[in-house]
Amino acid sequence: MKKEMVCISCPKGCRMTVEYEGDKVLEVLGNSCSKGWDYAVDEITKPVRIVTSTVKVRGGKLTVVPVKTNKPVRRHLIFDVMNEIYKAEVKAPVKEGQVIIKNAADSGADIIATLDLKKI
Amino acid sequence: MIEKRSLVIIGAGPAGLAAAVKAKKAGIKDVLLIDRDIQLGGILKQCIHNGFGLHVFKEELTGPEFALRYIREIEELKVEYKLNTMVISVDKNKRITTVNPDDGLIVYEARSIILAMGCRERPRGALRIPGTNPSGIFSAGTAQRFVNIEGMKPGKTALILGSGDIGLIMARRLTLEGMKVRAVCEIMPHPGGLTRNIVQCLEDFNIPLKLSTTVIAIHGKRRIEGVTIAQVDDSFKPVKGTEKYIECDMLLLSVGLIPENELAEEAGVELDPVTGGARVNQYLETNIDGIYACGNVLHVHDLVDYVAIEAEKAAKSAVRKIKGKTRKIKKRIELITGNGIRYTVPQFIDVTDKEEKIKIYFRSTSIMESIKINAICKDEIIFSKKLKRVAPAEMEYIIISTDDIRGRKMIIEARAK
Amino acid sequence: MEKANIKYDIAIIGAGVVGGLVARSLSAYDARICIIDKHIDMAMGASGANSGIVHAGYDATPGSMKAKFNIEGTAMMPGICRLLGVSYKNSGSLVLAFNSEDEKQLQKLYENGIAGGVKGMKLLSKETVLKMEPLLNPKITKALHAPTAGVVSPYKLNIAAIENAVVNGTEFLRETQVLGITGNKGDFTLSTNKGDIFAAVVINCAGIYADDIAKMAGDGFFTLTPRKGEYLLFDRSEGGLVENVVFQPPSEKGKGVLVMTTVDGNILIGPDANIVESKEDSQTHADSLDYVYKTAIKTCSGLNLKKVITSFAGLRATPDTGDFIIGESKKIPGFFNVAGIESPGLSSAPAIGEYVAEIVSGSLGGLAKKENFKPGLDTHEFFRDMDLNEKENIMQDNPDYGMIVCRCENVTKAEVLDSIRRPAGARTVDGVKRRTRAGMGRCQGGFCLPAVVEILSKELGIEKEEVQKGDSGSNILVERNRP
Ligand SMILES: Cc1cc2nc3c(=O)[nH]c(=O)nc-3n(C[C@H](O)[C@H](O)[C@H](O)COP(=O)(O)OP(=O)(O)OC[C@H]3O[C@@H](n4cnc5c(N)ncnc54)[C@H](O)[C@@H]3O)c2cc1C
Ligand SMILES: Cc1cc2nc3c(=O)[nH]c(=O)nc-3n(C[C@H](O)[C@H](O)[C@H](O)COP(=O)(O)OP(=O)(O)OC[C@H]3O[C@@H](n4cnc5c(N)ncnc54)[C@H](O)[C@@H]3O)c2cc1C
Ligand code: SF4
Repeated sequence: MKKEMVCISCPKGCRMTVEYEGDKVLEVLGNSCSKGWDYAVDEITKPVRIVTSTVKVRGGKLTVVPVKTNKPVRRHLIFDVMNEIYKAEVKAPVKEGQVIIKNAADSGADIIATLDLKKI
Repeated sequence: MIEKRSLVIIGAGPAGLAAAVKAKKAGIKDVLLIDRDIQLGGILKQCIHNGFGLHVFKEELTGPEFALRYIREIEELKVEYKLNTMVISVDKNKRITTVNPDDGLIVYEARSIILAMGCRERPRGALRIPGTNPSGIFSAGTAQRFVNIEGMKPGKTALILGSGDIGLIMARRLTLEGMKVRAVCEIMPHPGGLTRNIVQCLEDFNIPLKLSTTVIAIHGKRRIEGVTIAQVDDSFKPVKGTEKYIECDMLLLSVGLIPENELAEEAGVELDPVTGGARVNQYLETNIDGIYACGNVLHVHDLVDYVAIEAEKAAKSAVRKIKGKTRKIKKRIELITGNGIRYTVPQFIDVTDKEEKIKIYFRSTSIMESIKINAICKDEIIFSKKLKRVAPAEMEYIIISTDDIRGRKMIIEARAK
Repeated sequence: MEKANIKYDIAIIGAGVVGGLVARSLSAYDARICIIDKHIDMAMGASGANSGIVHAGYDATPGSMKAKFNIEGTAMMPGICRLLGVSYKNSGSLVLAFNSEDEKQLQKLYENGIAGGVKGMKLLSKETVLKMEPLLNPKITKALHAPTAGVVSPYKLNIAAIENAVVNGTEFLRETQVLGITGNKGDFTLSTNKGDIFAAVVINCAGIYADDIAKMAGDGFFTLTPRKGEYLLFDRSEGGLVENVVFQPPSEKGKGVLVMTTVDGNILIGPDANIVESKEDSQTHADSLDYVYKTAIKTCSGLNLKKVITSFAGLRATPDTGDFIIGESKKIPGFFNVAGIESPGLSSAPAIGEYVAEIVSGSLGGLAKKENFKPGLDTHEFFRDMDLNEKENIMQDNPDYGMIVCRCENVTKAEVLDSIRRPAGARTVDGVKRRTRAGMGRCQGGFCLPAVVEILSKELGIEKEEVQKGDSGSNILVERNRP
């Protein structure tokens, strides 16, 4: 199987063609360095994503505060992580970087706030 | 009331923030940053996704985090800023009229102005999509604001028209929030947004991307109930027989951004009809002495990093002007867009007696592979750069030395290798 | 809103510009009046989607009701607009000729106008016309100039008329659809989705539905055919292309596609004319919009399609009788028809209002005039039209004037609040838009929508997801992400 992808490991954004079978990467074309190869292997074998969303806030200037996973999580866990985000709630004030959910959905990543939010 | 400032920056998005920080650091004590919103940060406040900052901060940040880096600096440097303050007019004498509920009307007189007002989204009317006029039709950015800042769902099932980055990002965002995205339709034969977003926003969630397809009718009396989509031919006319009804209670339009230049026009700033932004020289100075432009108000950027870099350049130029350190201009070179080039920024170059390396940003008219970008003066190629690929969605640049330029015109073109 | 026990002297069905001006004229009399509409706001029928031209009055056959009310109404228009704080501009109009066939038509219109008493008309040479309107197609051969023609904001006039009636004691019953009419003079019963309404006399101003209403009452002697007209509206940056309302020579399709600058400074082109099946059909069509554009560029080649900000359509209520139908039903005394009011209905409305008020009063035995009738409204100049001094002063009085909600049209929070708080005020996003222009500019609400939704939800004491664009069921938002 062949897949076109763009390496996002650095701003250069090489366009690569990856040949693979099941979980096994056979060839990567178009990358300019080894990070590209690694990225391709990861995308095929265990793709990861940063998840961003919002969490409900009590007593804040806004009713939701933006959050993200502090590290990429396995792609198949995205909706499990979201399920925890749906249920979560914090009290204002919220600080950027504040951990809201620890190890969300056992993904290994924490959900942290990405904005300061004041109390009303 | 009239107040004086050396530098007034209009708009506190990333462009305005970066410019203000730079100018203050360069020694301008009375920099004033003005925004009509109640918070600093511009559009970044609602761009809660990641993908910002790779160039400037060498790490991947979300929009609010990217803005916060600058906002902290603004606070530390004690840059003066005014929020909830709308600039209602600017004139060529650099008088800026503002309104604000607390102070009423204040007029500022500036020695230099940096325009950083960002852009607005193109509405449905501009596309002339026929049909009814129900609720549930949003520009993607408005929907983004409702979802991300106000925590509200604008519907349950969406069709997204336009595959620009905002449309793609919203496709993922709605999906994550439990709304259904039926498809993203794009009238062009190629996607408008970054490949990375196609992968992470559509493919990850199996959202179909329908190229060469557009919405030809809107249905529903009160709230939208569905749309008719159809494929288009090479001249973008719907092809008979390809019509399809898609049920949805929300239509998001991500069909382009228009620089917010009413103020600039009023002041007499000349605009480039292609970018919708000001025509500027390499210092990002407009035709009006001491008025500069940067960020999305100058031309639409896809990467906020470039916005910040451009803003710093505008700030540097403004500072030089305020300090009286500008050089005498010997001649003006017009940049002409040749084959395959949609626009360039700057649009003209002011040559002084000192050599300068000039970064010329451009966008191509279509996707082209294995090409050369040429700069041509007096029928002679004075510079050439090979590129594997260019796409309208991705801004590129070349660097040219003023010493190499001949004559009064320079053509920038893209040619097959 | 239980009105079951209230008995009105007069019930007006339809809160369009005709019903509105009838209500306003009647509210000068001592009587209990209600004006009923099935929509959540006024001006949601034809009165909200038309050209907004105050016609000089040369089109209609002399001696017809159309001619009489048009010429009278047009003469009343500047005065009534001044009283109600509605902007009106005496722009004048031109009908163009491109050949000798057209010129004959102009001659006919001219003679028609003279016979009807239209003042100041002139047939102008090409040179004179092009001096007046330099951007017109230089291929024209002649034009008919009518200096008494003007432009008005039709929905503003509609809204202000009803507000004025309400200030003078009339009740405005929204979202109240008349489903049946029984009874006779002195005791009519209107059955509606909100319960029964009792009235001594009923006035049918139901626009395109007036034939159905007449049938309900038991006197369906006419039918109305919906004829759609579609328009394109351009950004204000294109304003100033023409000063006059510029028509092409009339054809079997009607007065022909026109190019004009609206009172608010946008260029408007349209309408075409097509008979449609449904009275609810307000869809626009690619073919029609193309036709409108292709025809309009014959008037003026400088129309830039890129500057279109919106398109819309309106339905003309074309009667099979060939003229306005105004008067008491012969079969059902006490039931008055004001029907078939197609163009120039807007121009005629002030005169129709006065006339109907007189005959209705007469039929009720001559109503007494109110002593404290207020003929005008307290309105404010719009912030965007104020000079700097005025802006500064008003912001000092009311800081909400310093909060610009709509950046394209410079509408302030104070004005949005006022539009909601006024008598018969806005209940919806579109209501705010029609009253203040917030959302009518080039971004078409992209920027101000969230703010307007928020203000409406606070003012009306409802959740954001309950805020409607127009009639109920047109909510802007659906629910909270995180309930
Ligand atoms: C939805 C979306 C998603 C994006 N995603 C990415 C991404 O993933 N990665 C990336 O790198 N880039 C992304 N971008 C691009 C990047 O965010 C923009 O290019 C950048 O924000 C533009 O910055 P700016 O300062 O020019 O404009 P803005 O951020 O729009 O700021 C302009 C400011 O000017 C103010 N203003 C305007 N007019 C007036 C006036 N008359 N008076 C007072 N104030 C005024 C406005 O309120 C606003 O705050 C995205 C952009 C959008 C819109
Ligand atoms: C395309 C077009 C262009 C025009 N251009 C011009 C022009 O330039 N100049 C001019 O003078 N005239 C013009 N006209 C004519 C003018 O718009 C109309 O004559 C005028 O608006 C009619 O007003 P109205 O109050 O009778 O009808 P409407 O505004 O349609 O009002 C009727 C009201 O009755 C209500 N109603 C109907 N049935 C019921 C029910 N069962 N229960 C409760 N309420 C009900 C409706 O909801 C509606 O609000 C134009 C018309 C069209 C369509
Ligand atoms: S392959 Fe290497 S150079 Fe290319 S984008 Fe990836 S990390 Fe950057």
